[in-house]
Amino acid sequence: MTILFDGIASGMLLFLISSGLSVTLGLMGIINLAHGAFAMLGGYVCVVALDRYGIPFPVAVLMATLSAAAAGVALERLVYRRLYGAGQLDQVLFSIGLIFVSMALARWLFGPQPQPIRLPGWLQGQVQLPWIEIGVYRAFLIVLGLVVAVTLHRAVGVTRFGARLRAAVDRPAVARGLGIDVDRVFVVAFAIGSALAGLGGAVGVELLGLDPSFPLRYLVYFLIVVVVGGSGSFEGSLVASVLIGIFDVAGKYYVPQVGSFIIYTVMVVMLIVRPQGLFGRPSP
Amino acid sequence: MTGVVSPMAAPAALRGAGAWKPAELLFWTLPVIGWFAFPENLPLLTQIAITALFALSLDLVLGVAGMVTLGHAAFFGVGAYAAGMLPAYLGIGDPLLGLVAAAAAAALAGALTSPLMLRGSGLSQLMVSVGINAMLYEAANKATEVTGGVDGLPGVENTPLFGMWSFDLYGRTAYVYAVVVLLLLFWMARRVVRSPFGVSLRGIRLNAARMPALGVPVNRRLAVVWTLAAAYAGVAGALLTQTTQFVSINVLGFDRSAEVLLILILGGAGHLYGALVGAVAYMSIHHLLADIDPEFWQFWIGLIFIVVVLFARDGALGAAARIRDLIRNLILGRGASR
Repeated sequence: MTILFDGIASGMLLFLISSGLSVTLGLMGIINLAHGAFAMLGGYVCVVALDRYGIPFPVAVLMATLSAAAAGVALERLVYRRLYGAGQLDQVLFSIGLIFVSMALARWLFGPQPQPIRLPGWLQGQVQLPWIEIGVYRAFLIVLGLVVAVTLHRAVGVTRFGARLRAAVDRPAVARGLGIDVDRVFVVAFAIGSALAGLGGAVGVELLGLDPSFPLRYLVYFLIVVVVGGSGSFEGSLVASVLIGIFDVAGKYYVPQVGSFIIYTVMVVMLIVRPQGLFGRPSP
Repeated sequence: MTGVVSPMAAPAALRGAGAWKPAELLFWTLPVIGWFAFPENLPLLTQIAITALFALSLDLVLGVAGMVTLGHAAFFGVGAYAAGMLPAYLGIGDPLLGLVAAAAAAALAGALTSPLMLRGSGLSQLMVSVGINAMLYEAANKATEVTGGVDGLPGVENTPLFGMWSFDLYGRTAYVYAVVVLLLLFWMARRVVRSPFGVSLRGIRLNAARMPALGVPVNRRLAVVWTLAAAYAGVAGALLTQTTQFVSINVLGFDRSAEVLLILILGGAGHLYGALVGAVAYMSIHHLLADIDPEFWQFWIGLIFIVVVLFARDGALGAAARIRDLIRNLILGRGASR
């Protein structure tokens, strides 16, 4: 039962980070392998704010989210926008380059060692329910994940901005003709994607750890979520994240000698059986 | 390539194109010059030759056939481990047998994974390649009794080449060995690319939808070239094992898959020579940077990725492209048209 709960919690954390990738990769169609770099940025901002300046945790998380968003906007304006029409290969190479640069910068600024985080008192400890003992931090991740999931679902599915974004992605020329400022929509969407990465990276330091190799180490996980969940589907990403979280935690608990192998296998099998993902629309 | 019968006579472009141009012969004097110019740096030159072979293997699938993969290190790793396990567990130290075994193992891995790769396209294809690479890495990481896990597989002892030349401390044998293998496999790749089979691959890259109308079994062709490239990558991995006498888990690393992609793009995809030029350029840059700045070289490598994509990809802008064109003009005696 605890394993199930931990699995759901780590799945939710995975969702928090990957939901941003669902926006940039899934919706906007940029193969942004550097997504983890934005999450790492969020993580470092949060740790530095907490440890060095003693800023309260919620504010530190907010700062992490905003700085990742700012980095996202800057990079979108400067470089990513040039790549919208470019081939896959260019996007792949570019974002790998960004990963390397971010890793080198992180190592230079903070050293290669993992960064510890001191969670505030109210996130530590356990709560004893009648049938299960749960960690407060993990419960917090689950709640936060659900809040983000619902918000995103509504933001993209219901609001005017969501409609504009979907229009801008599907038919940029027509969207422009209808008076939608496609450029701005893309900047905002990219900022949201990066912000979510920063948020996930900040709250996830405790569970995932934080060191300069972060963007590469978890890259495959983030991609799996989006690919298994189906491009641009937040429900899909949520289900995929939770499933992967449970599989991963259970797999590492019951058959530690196999490790992450299960997850990669699940992904490859999934791609073979349903290339469009669990909830994805078949590609047009 | 055997088994491919062209219904029509090969066009003139195919006939007579097989002759080696003087500039090509000139290019292949470079390894000889390297031997005399850098006698202390032969291990590095050996690494360059191995990297060139690996990039050449990627060029077959990506440059020629147009399949984007981000998991090519999978086959490099299979070859490296195969060549390492043969002497380490079976006591078979003959290097050439090792190469054959590595090529066979990697080709088998390629044949097994090709249906997976051909199932999807675009992003899902890319992801499958990443996934296969990650699976193999994790398998090698966890199967510590067989592979040594993160500690690597040490003590790979090879017997002398042809029973005559042993692998010496200065890496002389290793260098000549690697260069000769590279040259032979390059010669073969050159023939393959110029064969009707190779031409059909280029057709698939340019317009996969039209090729079936010309009677080309697209998926079968891609599966064959995928398997062939896997074997090439396996040989490259085996060379690394044999010349360093060690297998590290890094042979399967994601970095390696990404790096080889950059090397090929840096040199120019689809020309075979691009892979070689890219390897020389990249490895030299890497070596210099790591010398100058051992802490921070990754930053510069990353920056090269970014600059290449942003400037060197679209036209003559960017130093990389200019140098590449210059070199290509010199080597091939014609302008880089693509």
